[in-house]
Amino acid sequence: MKELVVISGKGGTGKTSVTAAFAALADRPVIADCDVDAADLHLVLSPRVRERHDFYSGHEAVVRREECVKCGACLAHCRFDAVKMDGARAGEATFSIDPALCEGCGVCVRFCPVNAIDFPERLCGEWMVSDTDYGPMAHACLNAAAENSGKLVATVRREAKNLAEADNHPLVLVDGPPGIGCPVIASITGASLVLAVTEPTVSGEHDLERVLALTKHFKIPAAVCVNKWDINEAMTEAIEAKARDANAIPAGRIRYDVGVTTAQVMGQPVVVFPESVAAQDMQTLWKRIQTMLS
Amino acid sequence: MILAVASGKGGTGKTTVSANMARALDVDAQLLDCDVEEPNAHLFLRGEVLDTEVVGIPTPQVDPSLCDGCNACGAFCEYSAIVSFGKAPILFPEMCHGCGGCMKVCPRGAITEKDRRIGVLETFQSHNVMLTHGRLDVGVAMAPPLIRAVKGKMRGDAAAILDAPPGTSCPVIATLRGVDYALLVTEPTPFGLHDLRLAVAMTREINIPFGVLVNRVGVGDDRVQRFCDQENIPILMEIPDDRGIAEAHSRGQLMVDALPEYKERFQALFESIENLTRENPDGKSE
Repeated sequence: MKELVVISGKGGTGKTSVTAAFAALADRPVIADCDVDAADLHLVLSPRVRERHDFYSGHEAVVRREECVKCGACLAHCRFDAVKMDGARAGEATFSIDPALCEGCGVCVRFCPVNAIDFPERLCGEWMVSDTDYGPMAHACLNAAAENSGKLVATVRREAKNLAEADNHPLVLVDGPPGIGCPVIASITGASLVLAVTEPTVSGEHDLERVLALTKHFKIPAAVCVNKWDINEAMTEAIEAKARDANAIPAGRIRYDVGVTTAQVMGQPVVVFPESVAAQDMQTLWKRIQTMLS
Repeated sequence: MILAVASGKGGTGKTTVSANMARALDVDAQLLDCDVEEPNAHLFLRGEVLDTEVVGIPTPQVDPSLCDGCNACGAFCEYSAIVSFGKAPILFPEMCHGCGGCMKVCPRGAITEKDRRIGVLETFQSHNVMLTHGRLDVGVAMAPPLIRAVKGKMRGDAAAILDAPPGTSCPVIATLRGVDYALLVTEPTPFGLHDLRLAVAMTREINIPFGVLVNRVGVGDDRVQRFCDQENIPILMEIPDDRGIAEAHSRGQLMVDALPEYKERFQALFESIENLTRENPDGKSE
């Protein structure tokens, strides 16, 4: 079983449109949406949810107001600015924990002199197993202002692999998150191949360099595709040269095409519309990626 | 005023908006690029580097001559970053959040802290704009401590514009915390609308007043505008889909330089946000 992860460094370069196209072109894929912060793949693959599971990760500190002696020890110990003090003077102030900033380290819980801080498990979102027209799909939804998206990404990837192994699917196709931090690292470690989708802009170029440094750091083979390449041909060539220098393979170019947005509005992968020039380019790209995977 | 420019979806134009608005102000302004995984504002606001600073987070180091292998540290650590099997503990610094808990619970005082480098801060001066960004080292997972370091450079004597990372999780929260207003940038597509809904839920959750800027108007459909109407969210500016803007952007050119009429539009945008925060200093926008 192979695992292809589509990432980009810079957001909004077309990862999800490319992943959806590949889902429609691949032979019996399992699909995973690992952009759990802002998951969009379901908008074009219309998954029918089979299972839903709550996702708990870590703990969060909660002050029991009525038992708090207002000493401020929690505030002094917290390194994440998560303790809020209302009221001017110690002895009068009330203390509470901002759940969006609490990193669940437990230091305030341990050092509260009257044990007035609870430490329940934290519900961060949910993950789902679904069916699409193209294959089974694992995906997730992170709660508003929740954290630990890296662990939720790892959960989605694990479930997608389980689905593939249970039914002998040859490919897990992963839509990854933007950036180079924790959720991206959780998405790519151990993958067969990364496809970095970029655009011919100064930001696209800059961010691709960093994302290729990351794939090199984790020793994962990488291919590169320039989306909307005809916006700036000279930049496209510069980006492809940089990709080669970083030992990544330029695997294709996709033309700028409003048909991609039209397909999105209709809730379909763009390759469903064969007259779209971007769809034609994505088919060529997919053939090259298939060769690289085998 | 402290203004954050954010979005659920990536690539909607956060950096374009924040860099152009900062430049359009004419007066002294600070731009803090909090997208430390992929900082881009310096590609548009080129300037001389004034200062660089290495940023680290405190991680434990153990004096084996004092450690008796009791594993109080390992039992305490929520992140499995330190663990002992009857002798001096093994450290996994990349898992460490720097909470200081292991050092505080060690009964023999065997643990001290040293900084582990996670990235750098760089400050540039580009005309009227002082730009500070963080650059996370490749392979480092945790962005929030570096974001807090970027925000630590806020001087307080000039307008501050914060360019947020995409998404809705901890790096975005670390950026938005404490700002006066959030401008959510989106595009009129199904992905743009879906991620705007998430960004709205997040911004309401942390209780920050906000408005919307719709970029690339003319592509997609009008569902973003209808959503904002229904939810009573002000749309503060619309930028049309324009190949000229896209091409100037691809070369790293600011809109206010390529298309001078945008200077006034970005000034007006900033003024309208200033007025909104003045009218309603502690409340939400709805």
